[in-house]
Amino acid sequence: MKLKGRAWKFGDNVDTDAIIPARYLNTSDPKELARHVMEDADKDFPSKVKAGDLLAAGANFGCGSSREHAPIAIKAAGLQAVVAKSFARIFYRNAFNIGLPIFESDDAPDKIKEGDELEIDADKGVIRNVTKNEEYAAKPIPPFMQELISAGGLIEWTKKRLKASQPPT
Amino acid sequence: MTITEKILAAHSGKKELSPGELINAKADLILANDITAPLAITEFKKLGAKGVFDKDRVALIPDHFAPQKDIKAAEQCKMLRDFSREYDLGLYFEVGRMGVEHALLPEQGLVVPGDLIIGADSHTCTYGGLGAFATGVGSTDVASAMATGECWFKVPESMKLIYYGKLNKWVGGKDLILHAIGDIGVDGALYRAMEFTGETIGSLPMYARLTMCNMAIEAGGKNGIIAPDGITEQYVKGRARRQYKFYSSDKDSKYVEVKEYDCSKIPLTVSCPHLPSNTKPAAELSSITIDQVVVGSCTNGRIEDLREAAEVIKGKKVHPNVRMIVIPATQQIYLQAVKEGLAEIFVNAEAVFSTPTCGPCLGGHMGILAKGERALATTNRNFVGRMGHPESEVYLSNPAVAAAAAVMGRIAVPEEV
Ligand code: SF4
Repeated sequence: MKLKGRAWKFGDNVDTDAIIPARYLNTSDPKELARHVMEDADKDFPSKVKAGDLLAAGANFGCGSSREHAPIAIKAAGLQAVVAKSFARIFYRNAFNIGLPIFESDDAPDKIKEGDELEIDADKGVIRNVTKNEEYAAKPIPPFMQELISAGGLIEWTKKRLKASQPPT
Repeated sequence: MTITEKILAAHSGKKELSPGELINAKADLILANDITAPLAITEFKKLGAKGVFDKDRVALIPDHFAPQKDIKAAEQCKMLRDFSREYDLGLYFEVGRMGVEHALLPEQGLVVPGDLIIGADSHTCTYGGLGAFATGVGSTDVASAMATGECWFKVPESMKLIYYGKLNKWVGGKDLILHAIGDIGVDGALYRAMEFTGETIGSLPMYARLTMCNMAIEAGGKNGIIAPDGITEQYVKGRARRQYKFYSSDKDSKYVEVKEYDCSKIPLTVSCPHLPSNTKPAAELSSITIDQVVVGSCTNGRIEDLREAAEVIKGKKVHPNVRMIVIPATQQIYLQAVKEGLAEIFVNAEAVFSTPTCGPCLGGHMGILAKGERALATTNRNFVGRMGHPESEVYLSNPAVAAAAAVMGRIAVPEEV
């Protein structure tokens, strides 16, 4: 998997209330959620973000609630992936479960500036900053997570398992 | 092995396991609420499963925007009801029977020691107070688990937090956990199991243990857990609806980090905006005026919490500049508060006494903050916009401090009232 796009930059501890405020959670329609993505961190973000962009942030991205609406809003806004120093654990599993690529990197978040052009090579675990002509290492994705991604998310993965466990008719 | 590792091993059919391992484990109970269940139901339908893995182990609880606050919320709640009827679920809680999920399930004996519980709600970690492994997951996890009864986990590393010494007056579980979060930070336990031990924990009543484990997620923890003991036995006896099992950590268990806290040095603690880790002693915040006080939530909406608040506010009036909202977490707590005269104390003090709901805790309804308003709440999160307008503020405290603030119109300690 190779991704290319322009980066938006956020700080540490971006919480799920900032990604998608609870006041919009009386719906789970991705399009509607996308209209408010990151609104409480930057109120103009939903109008500025373009399909194909990338998100870069500091430590503990996605902390707070278990709402899957958070990665869904990011994905539905057209953001291709999130690069951060670390992810809160429920956000981490939700992202893999719904098929939003996320990358942990120690140095990339500090070096990336807003507007930088990035190229991510997921298989090699390399994040290339085209604007700055730099390269950062991304932490390898555990084999099971790769399995989830290649199955197309947890639902497809479970479907296969359910089929396998049912006796052939 | 630690208590967390033992419970995970027992539920994944393994004798031994160690941190970092990825496992598939069986869940004893799976829960979701009116925000997370609709997504889970939509995903579940895509699986083509014949039914849920066990009708009596899937709990659907409309509590966040219930009683239904608007048409959209009503439609979300209806999805839970329709799904429960379609699949004949035994654990669906309609308004009038529901409560805030993490107060309701322990109270009803539906989660028990030794369980492995997943919930599409981050505060599922609350049940660690009973000596269960409980953790928040996403809606898709719940969808998959409703069909298979299983969920994938990475076995967490454990960290040990030892509390010793005598608690100061009015200091309780909330202060102990806020103090720890202030110490280690909102990612200080990221991906980890937080095991609370020590002589002070050993004598801590169950409601306070539940409060502590409830906020493990606020330090990034995967779960919080307290080894079950006589206090646990007392609590679950006559309540547990399933067989339970007590696990405890071996003496030679491995911990990535050990923290020790002398409780005699832990003051009444308040988290300032906009992170739970931004803690200060309540006594140092007396210049902070308050517009709203909320007593309730899965953190501090139990009967003992209401008793503490009532003890402070009894015979007094809520400050003219303040609105105070008291929300018992379940119907049973509501009724008990009425019987004990607590409801009367609050109403006489000119506070609102509400039906159970998450309500203002997540900025849902029943007490939303306007721009520039400031609240002191017994809830668990004070992120930007958590209780309303992005330019409002939330401070977090225990119920006694919240009641004192309601009377004084500013952050205060109970002795000042
Ligand atoms: S009371 Fe607050 S923290 Fe607890 S489940 Fe409800 S919204 Fe979540």
